[in-house]
Amino acid sequence: MEELDEIVGEFLVESYENLDKLDQDLLTLEAEGYPREMVAGIFRTVHTIKGTCGFLGYDKLEKVTHVGENLLSKLRDGALTPTSDITNALLALNDAMRSTLNHIEADGTEGEADYTQLVERLTQLAAGESAAATPAATTEEPVHEPPLLGEILIEQGKVEPQDVAEALAEQVAQQDEAQQEATKTTSAISESTVRVDVSLLDSLMQEVGELVLARNQLLQLSANNEDQTWKATVQRLNLITSELQQRVMRTRMQPIGNVWNKYPRIVRDLAAQCEKQVRLEMEGKETELDKTLIEAIRDPLTHIIRNAVDHGIESPEKRAEAGKPLEGVLRLRSFHEGGQVIVEITDDGAGVNVERVKEKAVEKSIITAATAKSLSDHDASMLIFEPGFSTAAALTNISGRGVGMDVVKTAIEAIGGAIELSSEFGTGTTLKLKIPLTLAIIPALLIGVGGKRFAIPQVNLVELVKTNNDSALIEWVAGAPVFRLREKLIPLMFLDSELGLREARTDSLGETFTLVVLNANEKTFGLLVEEVLDTEEIVVKPLSRQLAHLDQFAGATIMGDGEISLILDVVGLAKRASVITQEQRHELLGQEHDTAAAEHSEMMLVATVGSGRQVAFALENVARIDAISTDTVEKSGTDDVIQQRGSILPLVHVRSVIDGATDLGNEHVSVVVYRHDDYEFGLVVKDIVDIVDVVVKNQAKASKSLVIRGKVTDVIEPVKLISGITQGSANRDNELAKSGA
Amino acid sequence: MTADSPQTIQYCTFYLDDALYGIPIVGLQEIVRFREMMTVPLAPKEVAGLLNLRGQIVMAIDLRARMGLKPRSTDDRPINLIVRSSTDTISLLVDRIGDMVEVDSTMFDPTPPTVPAGIRDLVSGTYKLPNQLLVVINPDTACNLTVAEAS
Repeated sequence: MEELDEIVGEFLVESYENLDKLDQDLLTLEAEGYPREMVAGIFRTVHTIKGTCGFLGYDKLEKVTHVGENLLSKLRDGALTPTSDITNALLALNDAMRSTLNHIEADGTEGEADYTQLVERLTQLAAGESAAATPAATTEEPVHEPPLLGEILIEQGKVEPQDVAEALAEQVAQQDEAQQEATKTTSAISESTVRVDVSLLDSLMQEVGELVLARNQLLQLSANNEDQTWKATVQRLNLITSELQQRVMRTRMQPIGNVWNKYPRIVRDLAAQCEKQVRLEMEGKETELDKTLIEAIRDPLTHIIRNAVDHGIESPEKRAEAGKPLEGVLRLRSFHEGGQVIVEITDDGAGVNVERVKEKAVEKSIITAATAKSLSDHDASMLIFEPGFSTAAALTNISGRGVGMDVVKTAIEAIGGAIELSSEFGTGTTLKLKIPLTLAIIPALLIGVGGKRFAIPQVNLVELVKTNNDSALIEWVAGAPVFRLREKLIPLMFLDSELGLREARTDSLGETFTLVVLNANEKTFGLLVEEVLDTEEIVVKPLSRQLAHLDQFAGATIMGDGEISLILDVVGLAKRASVITQEQRHELLGQEHDTAAAEHSEMMLVATVGSGRQVAFALENVARIDAISTDTVEKSGTDDVIQQRGSILPLVHVRSVIDGATDLGNEHVSVVVYRHDDYEFGLVVKDIVDIVDVVVKNQAKASKSLVIRGKVTDVIEPVKLISGITQGSANRDNELAKSGA
Repeated sequence: MTADSPQTIQYCTFYLDDALYGIPIVGLQEIVRFREMMTVPLAPKEVAGLLNLRGQIVMAIDLRARMGLKPRSTDDRPINLIVRSSTDTISLLVDRIGDMVEVDSTMFDPTPPTVPAGIRDLVSGTYKLPNQLLVVINPDTACNLTVAEAS
């Protein structure tokens, strides 16, 4: 019995492999016009499966494969002209075989599925009928087998029947020989390869990991040892270990094509379903990565491909309207870059409609209306990765089928990868997956903080900046530390306070840090650490499930000295860094533009205050403008307020920033109702002058002035006037950002 | 001994303060004296740290914290009881190790209902030894920290 199980197991493994190839071949078949050798190859595969089925007593499978074989043999002999009907039927046959094999693998039976219809269809096709033709019309007429060449010759008296028989026998013998030749070459291949259980490779890898750790330990010991022989031996061990590690890693490498193989089929079926024309192009099939990673990206990648066909690429009509070729192109590309594997999925479809994404995001309260306005297109399109976003059915061009893009993102991030989306509305979308080569052993940077050591995966490391005790390099925006890294402003985190090793600080006077600039998820941020220790190859060991909820840590590892270090999860930290609210970020971005002396045009509301001083501020967040009489102004605490539409509107005196006084001496003033994070307040000005479109070009950061309508005008940032008032709402925003993360 | 004689089970006993506890000896892998371990920032208070056990990273759970007892003084060096739970290997930090005892299943009593809810899942029951009660700890639930957090 055990022996039989083994045979069945072998049969399954072999058949699965064959079926994978079959899927490929069937599609190529169609594309290349049914080359004879390929048909013969498919025939052989089906024949083998059929034979083994008969031997093992799988009747159902045998029956299906038998008719399939008949059809294929006719195709091979040229007795039938291939049609897409036939291809469809053969694909269906392939599916039937696969699902039956799955059944056999699961419970040893062939399953309940009924293939009589498929058998019938295949029989009809083999008999030369198209599936579309009504069977009744054709079955009456007996099918004429074309007369064999030998029969014709005998009939015409050209040759003796015996000669024909001899010639035929010879022909068969020749064919057999050819077949044997073919088997010989394949068996030569199989002799040089061995099937190995993946779990064996896994444990091999694990042991190599341990070896690497032991090697690290030994290296550290030998640093203090003067004995030359000892040193040389350790050095040799070091080399051998590294090499062994690489080799073992290679055993687990598989070409990404193994995953891609099934995509032509998926794309073909899906395109047919959606009535679209899609051509799948694949480049870099041979790019290798770790088997576990291949498995891990299988589902997310499939999801992306389905999305692209279903929602990305438009229907032929729409494409024609847009002046694109009717056939959409879906391109898969993979290559190695900087120790990572990059997989790009590009479609030339409709692209992401950023405006609708924003609308949807606001609707789903993922972001506020205010933030939506200030979001860059790139940031906005990244919103589709937010949880709860993609279930939106209305967003046809991006939304998924229940499983959202957030799941894809989580899956990719779970293996230490990253996903990036770039899209141009109307011309297409590119998704870029960055996947580490392997998970097991990674190079890491060791840093020290609060007397502890932590490891940071080097994949996420951008650069190190030594701040040289110049705490002025760390600037503070609304309580959040930031750093000017060349042209960019990046948020900072103090690792010690982040890990609860000391309380959060509000300044960093007198402290020395090294700034570790990290990148995750296209977000760059800085981690302030006390010291940078070393780099080391580390073996990632998962944390026990009781600690898995700590998203600051990706795992733990054992260092060369035998001590344990926690591995920082840069993605998790980045998420925490993004707790620095959107609002603050945009404030930062605003400054960034200023310091870079950037030019941009902006709609500005121009008003006068006091004795004719002119001020201007961005029109963007102005909700409305009201004229009020000053005697309606009341007091709430120390603040001036007015009642409006049943609620209290706090007032901010714009004039107070100019000369410290207010405009309440006038009988009437204008109140510009300004929205900030769903929070309204009134900016008190004397008169509204105009709305102008101005080019903002600024060098100085503190006070900005422009010349508008011939007058020097102070540009005011209302948000800065209301820091006290909006504290509450900013905190709310904070909460939102947290719950969204 | 006849076939229907009461079954005996072996327990490894240990102390927290002066109370006697035990875990089934089958689940016990080894006993390791205290050593410095890597504390995990932000971890639940029951997690004492991570231990390098011959290349394997083992999480140590301070049983005192888990049982809601007051922390031991810094001079006291706890002992690591390395146990295999159903999911992984963990270390339970205990005050002192006692003897191996062999108890009779007739002496078993289920957990008294007065045991606080947070740690009731931790205790599988008690054995009435002649001069003391032996409280049986279930190593599987000992590393179940969510319960402790909730209470």
